Amino acid sequence: MIGAACQALASHWRRHPLQLGTLLAGLALATALWSAVQAINAEARASYARAASQIGGATLDVLEAPGGPMSRARYVALRRAGWQLSPVLEGRTRLGEEQVTLLGLDPLTHPPLPAFEAAMQADQAVLAQMLTQRGLLLAPPELVAALSDVPGLPPLRASDSVPPGMVITDIGLAERLLARPGQIDRLLILPQQPMQLTPLDQLAPDLQRRASRAGADTARLTDSFHLNLTAFGLLSFAVGLFIVHGTVGLAFEQRRAMVRTLRALGLPVRLLAGLMLAELLALALVGGLLGLGLGYLVAAALLPDVAATLRGLYGAPVAGGLSLRPSWIAGGLAMALLGTLAASAQALWRMLRMPLLSAPGLQAWAQRAAQGDRRMALAGLGLIASGIAALGLVKGLIGGFALIGGLMLGAALLLPPILAALLGLGRHLTRGPLGEWLWADTRAQLPGIGLALMALLLALAANIGVGTMVSSFRLTFTGWLDQRLVSELYLTARDDAQGAEIVRWLAPRSDAVLPIRAAEFTVQGNPVTVYGVVDHPTYRDNWPLLEHGPDAWAQVNAGQAVFINEQLARRADLWTGDAVQLAPGWVLPVAGIYSDYGNPTGQAITALPALLAHARAVPNRRFGVRIAPGAVPDLIEALRAKFDLPASALIDQAGLKSRSLAVFDKTFVVTGALNLLTLGVAGFAILTSLLTLWSLRLPQLAPVWALGLTRGRLARLELARSLLLATFTALLALPLGLALAWVLLAVINVQAFGWRLPMFLFPLDWLRLFVLALLAAGLAAALPARRLYRLPPSELLKVFANAR
Amino acid sequence: MLARLVLILALTLLAARPAGAQGFAGLGSTAAAEGFATPSPETRLSFPRDHGPHPDFRIEWWYLTANLTGPDGTDYGVQWTLFRTALTPGEAEGWTSPQIWMGHAAATTPQHHFFAERLARGGIGQAGVHSDPFDAWIDDWQMMGEDLDSLRLTARGAEFTYDLALTAEGPLVLQGINGYSVKSADGQASHYYSQPHYKIEGTLTLPSGPVAVSGQGWLDREWSSQPLAADQEGWDWFSLSFDSGARLMGFRLRGARGDFTSGTWIAPDGSATPLAPGAFQAAPLELADVAGRQIPIRWRVTLPERGLDIEVSPLNRQSWMGTRFPYWEGPVHVTGSHKGRGYLEMTGYE
Repeated sequence: MIGAACQALASHWRRHPLQLGTLLAGLALATALWSAVQAINAEARASYARAASQIGGATLDVLEAPGGPMSRARYVALRRAGWQLSPVLEGRTRLGEEQVTLLGLDPLTHPPLPAFEAAMQADQAVLAQMLTQRGLLLAPPELVAALSDVPGLPPLRASDSVPPGMVITDIGLAERLLARPGQIDRLLILPQQPMQLTPLDQLAPDLQRRASRAGADTARLTDSFHLNLTAFGLLSFAVGLFIVHGTVGLAFEQRRAMVRTLRALGLPVRLLAGLMLAELLALALVGGLLGLGLGYLVAAALLPDVAATLRGLYGAPVAGGLSLRPSWIAGGLAMALLGTLAASAQALWRMLRMPLLSAPGLQAWAQRAAQGDRRMALAGLGLIASGIAALGLVKGLIGGFALIGGLMLGAALLLPPILAALLGLGRHLTRGPLGEWLWADTRAQLPGIGLALMALLLALAANIGVGTMVSSFRLTFTGWLDQRLVSELYLTARDDAQGAEIVRWLAPRSDAVLPIRAAEFTVQGNPVTVYGVVDHPTYRDNWPLLEHGPDAWAQVNAGQAVFINEQLARRADLWTGDAVQLAPGWVLPVAGIYSDYGNPTGQAITALPALLAHARAVPNRRFGVRIAPGAVPDLIEALRAKFDLPASALIDQAGLKSRSLAVFDKTFVVTGALNLLTLGVAGFAILTSLLTLWSLRLPQLAPVWALGLTRGRLARLELARSLLLATFTALLALPLGLALAWVLLAVINVQAFGWRLPMFLFPLDWLRLFVLALLAAGLAAALPARRLYRLPPSELLKVFANAR
Repeated sequence: MLARLVLILALTLLAARPAGAQGFAGLGSTAAAEGFATPSPETRLSFPRDHGPHPDFRIEWWYLTANLTGPDGTDYGVQWTLFRTALTPGEAEGWTSPQIWMGHAAATTPQHHFFAERLARGGIGQAGVHSDPFDAWIDDWQMMGEDLDSLRLTARGAEFTYDLALTAEGPLVLQGINGYSVKSADGQASHYYSQPHYKIEGTLTLPSGPVAVSGQGWLDREWSSQPLAADQEGWDWFSLSFDSGARLMGFRLRGARGDFTSGTWIAPDGSATPLAPGAFQAAPLELADVAGRQIPIRWRVTLPERGLDIEVSPLNRQSWMGTRFPYWEGPVHVTGSHKGRGYLEMTGYE
C-alpha cells in the first residue's frame, strides 16, 4: 500500500514537471540568498578571528599611554621591575605604492605567533635574520607579490599567517620604517608573571591597562554591517518561501481527488500525511542543496566587493576568497527544511482535517477570505504597533530591525484587506456586467495571489527604502566631502624631518600649509582620535558643524574647547556645553558637533598647541596645502622632483574626493545586488501564483467564455487584471518604502554608524521601480494569458462535462 | 661546563631540534663560528675586565649554582644563569643590537623543582653585564656587587624568589691551562674560569613561605665561539664540593667517536690542577623517567689518581628545566670515598 501510495504521489509531479521545477526553484532561491549572506558573514567573521589570532596576544591585556606612544626606556624600566611585557609598535605606512599596516614586535618576548612559527618551521634561520640589521618582512603572499619590485625594501617573506594588508616584522626594523625611533605603542601583559610584583598602578600610574581589543574593535564596528546583510538575507528567504507556500498549496489542491481516492482505498490519513511530509522533506533537501550551490556562487561573486567595503570602511582585514564550511552547509539545509515545513504546514493541516468525501472547490476558499480579511487587517495593525513598541523597549540596532520587521510584515498582512477594499470600491464605480464581473472575479482571486503580491510589496518597499537611504546618504556625503576637503592638495611626508623641510619649502609657494596632526585618546572606554588644528579661515569657513555654541571657533582656537564628531556625541551622549574628558587632567567643554561620514569611530578637534601639550610624539607628516587650484599640477611636479615623494604621497582634492566616493559606492554594491535579486524573486512568486491559479480558474472562466467572450479578450483581461493588482501594490509600496527609508536613516544609521542623515526623495527612481514592477507582473501574467489564448475550446467545454 | 654553550645557541634556533649529526642545537657547526673571535691559548685573562661580556665571541655565560640548607636541615638547590649569544659579532645601540640574552633560574627542594626563563635583546638595557662594579642582570634578576668577591643574587619566577648574599672565601680558579679549556680531541676550546668558593646566606621564598638558607655556591664563567665537535651531541657535567674542602669539576662529552672527558681538581687552598683527557670517568648507575625520557640520574664517578670512587645521586630526580631548550640540572649528594655536595647538568638526552 505504501508503495502504491508513493507511486500515486510521485505521479503528480510527473504530470506537473513545471510545478515541481517551481517548487524546487523557490526553495533553491530562498536558500541561496539566505546562505549567500550567511557565507559572506561567516567568511568576514572568520577573517577577523583569524587576523586577531594571527596578530597574537588576542586575549592578553595591554598597557598603553594615553595620548601617544611611550618610550623604550619605559618598557625596559617595567621589565626591570619584573613585569613580563612585550612591546608592540604599529602604524600605517606606504611601501612602494601599497598602503600597509606595519606591526613591529619583539619576537623574543612576544607570545607564540603563527607567522613566526610557520616561517621558522620552513627555515630555522628566519629568527636570526629577523633580528639582525637587514631584517625581514613577513607579509601575505599577494602583498609580497605586489612589493617584490619595490627597490630598497628589506627582504620579504610570504606567509599565509599574516592578515591581509599587514606586514609583521621586528620592532627594530618597524621603528626605522615608521620613522619612530625609540617609541612603543603598547605593551602586551604576558600571561605568566613572577610572584610578589609591585602593582602596575603604583609603578606606572599614568599608563592605562585595558582588556585586549584585538579583533573586538573590528567585530564591534562591523556588527551593524553584518546585521544589515542578515536582515536582507532573511527578507529574501521570506520572499522565497512565498513561492514554496504557493506551489505546495497548489499541489495539495490538485491532489485532493487523489487523496480522496487513496483514503477511500483504505490508506490511513496519518500514514498519507507522513508520506507527504517525507516527500516534502526530500524535495526540501534537493532544493536546499541546489540553493547551497547557488548561494555559494552568489557569495563568491559578492565577497570581493564586501571585502573591499569592510577594508575600506572599517579597516577590517577580510580576504576576498571564500571557503566552504560544514556549519554553513548544515545551517543552509536546516533553513531549507524548516522553511519548507513552515510554508507547507497550512496545506498539510488542511489535508489532515479534510472530511473524507468533501468536494474540492474554490468558492469556499473565496468566501472564507472575506472573514479572514478583518483578522488579517487586525494582525497587520498589531504587528506594526508591536514593531513601534519594540523600538521603544529594545534600544539599539535590534530594536530598529524589530521596527522594520513589524512594519514590513504588518504592511504585508494589511495588503489583501486594502486591495479587497479597493477592488470593492472599483466594483461600485463600474457599470456593466463585464466590468462588475472583472472586479468581483479579481477580488475572488485575491486569496490565491495575495501572498505573491505581499512578496512584491516587500520587495518594492525594500527597494524604495534602501534606495532612498543610499541616495540620500550619497548626496549628503558628497556635500560633506565638499565642505570637509577644502585644501587643494594633500601630502604625506616620509618622516617629521622631511615634513618640516617641506613646510619651509612650501611657505613662499602656497597660500597656507595646514598640518594634519592627531593622537589617539580614550573617551568612555572607546578610542577617539583628537586632531589639533591651526587657526585658519579654512576651518572656520568650511567645517561642517551641525550645532555649536556662541564664540565656538574662538574657544576652540584658544584650546579652551573641542568640537566632537556626531558619532562621538551620540555614543557618549555629549552635546554642546557638556564637558568631555580626553585624558586624565584634560577636560574641555564641547563647543559644537560636526558631521563626519568618513569613519565609524569617534573624533574631536581642538587647537594644535593644546593637543601637543597633552600628547607625545605626535607625528607631523601630513599636510593640507591651500593654493590656487590651477597651480596644483605644477606644484605636485615640483614637490615630487624636489623631495622624491611617491605619487601616492601627493593627492589633489579631486583625487581624494573621487577616491572617497569610490569607497562609498563599493559599500553599497552588495546592497544593490541583493535588492535586485529580491525583486526578481518577487516577480517569480507572482508567476508561480498565477500558474497555480490558472488551472483552478478554468471552471470560472469557462462560463464567461460560454457567454460569448473570446479567448483573446479573456487573455487580455487576465493580463490587465495582473497589471492592475501590481499597480495597486506598487502604489501601496511607496509609503511603506518611504517609512522604511525613514527608519533606516533616522534609526538604523544612527545605531550602526552613529550619524543621522537628512532624507531626500527621488521620484524618478520610484518611476523606474514602478515600471519594473509592472514589467514583472506583466511578464508573469503573460505566460498563463498566452496559454488561455491558445487553449483548445474543447478544454473549456470539458469544464461543463466534468461537472466537478 | 662548555656544554652549556649549547643552550645559548638554542636561542638563535628557537624552533630547532637538537640534531645529532650537527651537535646539540647546531652547536658543532663550524659555519656558526664564522666572523667571530676564537679562543686562543695565548690569551691571558685579566680581571675585572673579563668578568664583563665579550661580544665578539658567539656565546658566553655567568652560571651560578648553590647547595643550600634550611634551619631544619632540609637541602635546597638554587641556579642562576645568564647566557649571552651574538647573532653577529659586536654590539650596537637599540633594537639593532645583535646580542641576545637568556636567563634561567631555578629553586630545587627534595619534593619540587621550580624554574623560570627570561629572554631579552641587547642594546636596550633590558639585560647586560658590567664588569666594574660588577652587575649582571636580565629583567629584575640580578647578580651585583663591588666586585666578584661579594655579590647579591636575586631572581624570581611564578612560584619562587630568592635573595642571597655571596661571599668568596677563596681565589678565582682558571680552568684548563690559564683558563683555556679544551673541549674535544679536535681542539675545540673555550675561555673558562670559576669562583667555586662562595659562602651563601639569604632567603629562599617558595609557595609554602620564606626559608632562611645558608650554604655554598659555585660560579662558572665561560665564553667561546664554537665549543663542540661536530659529532658531539650532549654532555654530563659535574661540579662537586667535598667535605675535605677539595673540589672537582669534571665533564663527559658524548660523541659518535667516543666520549671526551676532562676536568679540574681544586685543592682546599684553591690551587687547581687540570685533569688529563680520560682521567675523569663517569658511568650511569640508574636511569629514570624524567619528562618522558630516560635520564641517568645516579652516577659512579672515578678519578684514580686522587683515589676518588664516588656515587653521585640527586636531591630531586625531577630537576628538569622545561625551558625552550630543556635539560636536567639539579643539586646532588656525593657518597663513597669522598663525601660532599654539588651540581649535575645533563643535556642532549632525547
